[in-house]
Amino acid sequence: MAVCVAVIAKENYPLYIRSIPTENELKFHYMVHTSLDVVDEKISAMGKALVDQRELYLGLLYPTEDYKVYGYVTNSKVKFVMVVDSSNTALRDNEIRSMFRKLHNSYTDVMCNPFYNPGDRIQSRAFDGMVTSMMIQVC
Amino acid sequence: MDAPEEPLPPVIYTMENKPIVTCAGDQNLFTSIYPTLSQQLPREPMEWRRSYGRAPKMIHLESNFVQFKEELLPKEGNKALLTFPFLHIYWTECCDTEVYKATVKDDLTKWQNVLKAYSSVDWLIVVVENDAKKKNKTNILPRASIVDKIRNDFCNKQSDRCVVLSDPLKDSSRTQESWNAFLTKLRTLLLMSFTKNLGKFEDDMRTLREKRTEPGWSFCEYFMVQVSVPPGALDCWVFLSCLEVLQRIEGCCDRAQIDSNIAHTVGLWSYATEKLKSLGYLCGLVSEKGPNSEDLNRTVDLLAGLGAERPETANTAQSPYKKLKEALSSVEAFEKHYLDLSHATIEMFTSIGRIRSAKLVGKDLAEFYMRKKSPQKAEMYLQGALKNYLAEGWALPITHTRKQLAECQKRLGQIENYLQTSSLLASDQHLTTDEREYFCREILSFASQQTDSPGHRVALPMHSFAQLRDLRFTPANAVVHVGGVLSVEITVCSQMPVPIHVEQIAIHVHFSIEKNSYRKTAEWLTKHKTANGVVNFPAEASPFPTSQSSLPALELYEMFERSPSDNSLNTTGIICKNVHMLLRRQESSTSLEASSGLALEDGAHVLRCAGVTLQPGPNTIVFRTQAREPGTYTLRQLCASLGPVWFVLPHIYPLVQYDVYSQEPQLLVEPLADSLLAGIPQKVKFTVTTGHYTVKNGDSLQLSNVDAMLILCPEENRAVIYSNTREKVSDALLRVQSSDKVTSISLPAAPTYHLIEFELEVLSLPSAPAAGGESTLLGVTEPHGKHKDTQKTGHCMATTDHKVSIDCPWSIYSTVIALTFSVPFRTTHSLLSSGTRKYVQVCVQNLSELDFQLSDSRLVDTHDSTDLRLIPLNTESEQCIHSRQAVFFVWELKWTQEPPPSLHCRFSTGFSPASEEQLSVSLKPYTYEFQVENFFTLYNVRAEISPPPGTEHCRTGSLCSLDVSITRLSDLLEVDKDEALMESDEYFSTKLMYEVVDNSSNWAVCGKSSGVISMPVTAQATHRVHMEVMPLFAGYLPLPDVRLFKYLPHHSAQSSQLDADSWIENDSLSVDKHVDDQLDSGSVKSRGSVHSAASSEHKGLPMPRLRALPPGQAFNSSAGTQVLVIPSKDDHVLEVSVT
Repeated sequence: MAVCVAVIAKENYPLYIRSIPTENELKFHYMVHTSLDVVDEKISAMGKALVDQRELYLGLLYPTEDYKVYGYVTNSKVKFVMVVDSSNTALRDNEIRSMFRKLHNSYTDVMCNPFYNPGDRIQSRAFDGMVTSMMIQVC
Repeated sequence: MDAPEEPLPPVIYTMENKPIVTCAGDQNLFTSIYPTLSQQLPREPMEWRRSYGRAPKMIHLESNFVQFKEELLPKEGNKALLTFPFLHIYWTECCDTEVYKATVKDDLTKWQNVLKAYSSVDWLIVVVENDAKKKNKTNILPRASIVDKIRNDFCNKQSDRCVVLSDPLKDSSRTQESWNAFLTKLRTLLLMSFTKNLGKFEDDMRTLREKRTEPGWSFCEYFMVQVSVPPGALDCWVFLSCLEVLQRIEGCCDRAQIDSNIAHTVGLWSYATEKLKSLGYLCGLVSEKGPNSEDLNRTVDLLAGLGAERPETANTAQSPYKKLKEALSSVEAFEKHYLDLSHATIEMFTSIGRIRSAKLVGKDLAEFYMRKKSPQKAEMYLQGALKNYLAEGWALPITHTRKQLAECQKRLGQIENYLQTSSLLASDQHLTTDEREYFCREILSFASQQTDSPGHRVALPMHSFAQLRDLRFTPANAVVHVGGVLSVEITVCSQMPVPIHVEQIAIHVHFSIEKNSYRKTAEWLTKHKTANGVVNFPAEASPFPTSQSSLPALELYEMFERSPSDNSLNTTGIICKNVHMLLRRQESSTSLEASSGLALEDGAHVLRCAGVTLQPGPNTIVFRTQAREPGTYTLRQLCASLGPVWFVLPHIYPLVQYDVYSQEPQLLVEPLADSLLAGIPQKVKFTVTTGHYTVKNGDSLQLSNVDAMLILCPEENRAVIYSNTREKVSDALLRVQSSDKVTSISLPAAPTYHLIEFELEVLSLPSAPAAGGESTLLGVTEPHGKHKDTQKTGHCMATTDHKVSIDCPWSIYSTVIALTFSVPFRTTHSLLSSGTRKYVQVCVQNLSELDFQLSDSRLVDTHDSTDLRLIPLNTESEQCIHSRQAVFFVWELKWTQEPPPSLHCRFSTGFSPASEEQLSVSLKPYTYEFQVENFFTLYNVRAEISPPPGTEHCRTGSLCSLDVSITRLSDLLEVDKDEALMESDEYFSTKLMYEVVDNSSNWAVCGKSSGVISMPVTAQATHRVHMEVMPLFAGYLPLPDVRLFKYLPHHSAQSSQLDADSWIENDSLSVDKHVDDQLDSGSVKSRGSVHSAASSEHKGLPMPRLRALPPGQAFNSSAGTQVLVIPSKDDHVLEVSVT
């Protein structure tokens, strides 16, 4: 399913990033970081109109030869970026949306933890487990 | 084959890899047909319906026709896609049954068997008909028969596997028709086979991929299948496609449109750049030496694979095709094209604000430059990218880019930068231990090199090398005296992976002479709550963006500005002391990691620690210093040196200071207890703070003696010497010598900044008129009712001060010390009467915490009147008086002749603390002098209530009679001679006012309750007053009070004119009221004046004055009497109005 899931703070530093082939971690870091360009672009292009519609899903940010990078932004400008394998044609927009929603819910749980300082790295085991399930589950 | 889903507009695809088709049978026939075939086959596009729901594509089919060989057939399990023959065609021109039977059939059978053996089902038999040939032969069967025979023999149910091509080389409509049918068939079969085999290939791939978790899975095998597409060809295709699309767009748009669509096209640019890069690497064009022969072969293959340029672009000067060909042709050309493309991409990314993407392309460029041995060009891009990653806190890209940068800086010979980057990498947790150790060794090897210029040093920021965790001062308050030893213990956390031997660690200290520095530090310490003198430094939050953490923390201080005149607060605020650090311009240059601003402060004050080995993790280093100049020392920088490499922490924050003070010698004298008590020996502690003065043998303190205070000299008295930190050093015998005027205390020798402590006993002698103020003016003690109040409030003891002047050896000036002693007792006296008999009561209150033993109490008449005797009624000679308790003594006064108007007494009692058995000194008794005046009883007042006539008892609600008789007990005495005394014909009288008051509201006084009488000053003269009172309650009721006042005229001149009686009668209510209200407070005298003042304002007339008789002069003989009142039998409600 997803090969890389990242949560990025409002200030654009990673709160959480995990990719499944760990050997290629660096590549995904670069990929996710570069995708922030498009995230920024989409957020600013979205402007007021979509903010009012509460549309958090940014859609496909850009495709590469092997992967598709999708984006999502919360109301507090925390970004979620997900990389999926291009060959995985079973993943349609709706599936990606629901995965982001799951991610967002889990992130909200992390934020609700009174012992979590907003802005710190996410080390929640529950969140990690949820991401793992999103990465392993094969459609 | 599945093209990436780029927004590619062309609908029709050409095949860059032609599928292989084998030809068997009549080779000559095929050769003659081939030119037409190869030309005609791709002319018409075919719709390619693909598996897995992929969109159908229109495709031009081309084929690579090869002669059939058995070796060409793929073995079982071969998974290569492109070397695989997709279709096998058998060509024959046979039209003769004989020939067919003799040769063609056998040949066909053989061919079919081979195909079957390899289970290949994609085949086609083409029968070419030639009209010319037909005519030559005589025994010609109808042509259909040969085809039918073949179909019958080989095409079992697949009749379409045999086709007829009629007169292929003629130009007739029949030929054309035949060609079309054949080509359609061929295309269909080709595509079918292609789809089938591709599907199989993909299935194989998928199967292989799914098997990756199985134990025997080989990545190499998978890889070989995956990249069976010849490497590079795909890249070429992508590159060309991208450029084609871009060129097409450029062709139909103007500049403005292109610019506005950069966001959509830049992806293609970067894709093309990436592909060109990988082609360049593939073909060995990105290396210093250039391509080797293998690379060249590959290049040639690739270029050949491109085929000929399409005719529509062949004649243009520039085309993607030409560009690619040129780029792959030489190292230089590749560089030019690659740089052009990269720069264009970077520019476009930058122009639309995709900085991160631009940096990433820049990093590829840097990598290219590094390969090309041009590190100077690479540096800029690496720094740019690194800055970006640092600003946004992306740890892995930071580490990776730093590693590249380190290599670049090393090649450039930027030693300082390289060392700094190395130190950062050596402390980087994201690297392996080996890598970290490598960078650490790089630093160490540089540090161990002998440099040409010995003074040269490389200053690097410390935080990557080691981090300051905490700092601890000993002594904990960080305050030392001049010459004292201060130790500073720091904990630094080494970030290096291996132990590092550091030649020296130094703390640079800034020194300033400041007044009140000690207080400032003390405040600072309490404010920062540095328990045990420990200062903790905040750990650097390295994973977070440096844009936040690299800024120095705010150094905020409170500021109070007070008015110079009255010290009131004018303004208050917060001052930031490092504004210059915070508000400086952010460096826009690339030298983010350059060691700028690492100026080493060269101060005279440096704390050093040499030869330290820092283990990875926390290390403790102790600095010791002997304090020299007094002032405030601020720790500014920390510096660790390894040969020429200096790691510098340029700013120690929070502010850490220590203070050195120089203290004047001091003498402090303070009581051991909360307060000193007068009259008994008390201990006083002497503390000599030596400061900078050394106490020598023979130095002594000279105390000037005070009369009323003795200094007692016990035989064994020891002085204890303490160090400045209150540790006992030694003790010595104290010698105290007293002469008349001076007491001399020899001090033991003590070094500087020590304390000498000893105790002395002092005794304050009670001063003679200890309680002189207590006797009230008129000799009247406080009214009995008030006694309690004074006991409550009179908690504080009377005090006496003694000033002692002490000469100290270190000063020419005397130190004056005031000792305050409290008198432990408070004494009050009162006069008690019983008719004409008089008693004096003395109450001694112990206010202290100690218990005392009182002995030998006496009361003497100081005037020593002969006819007066004081007879003690106290039985015990010794009495214990406990803390906070009182003891009463009573004497009866007896006289024989006329009693004196006043009595002067002195009470004295010996006292000693009850706890102590023996005292070294004899204590003086406690004395109390007082005076009693007007103590002789002049009047006897007697009140009597009798029930109404005819009844036995008083009843509530019924009027009873109150009879008051006032009796004069003596003839004219000295005390009577005052203003109220009137004389007529040797007959003396005085005016008295009586008043009946019932404060407990038991009685209602009916009618006049007060009146003025003229009392003859003669013994046994009696005045009777009768009035009516009504009891309000039943029970034994106390009688109402009858009070007597002396009625004084306002002025003696006016007194005769004024009819006081009539005035009082006229205004009785107002008088009553006033007197009632105010009886309890103040003296009657003052009450009278208030009354008169208030009335005189009304009337404008002078008022007479009232003066209460001293209690000693009037005796109420009916005090305490009670009358039985029984309740009324009537049930009806009694209404009584009381005025």
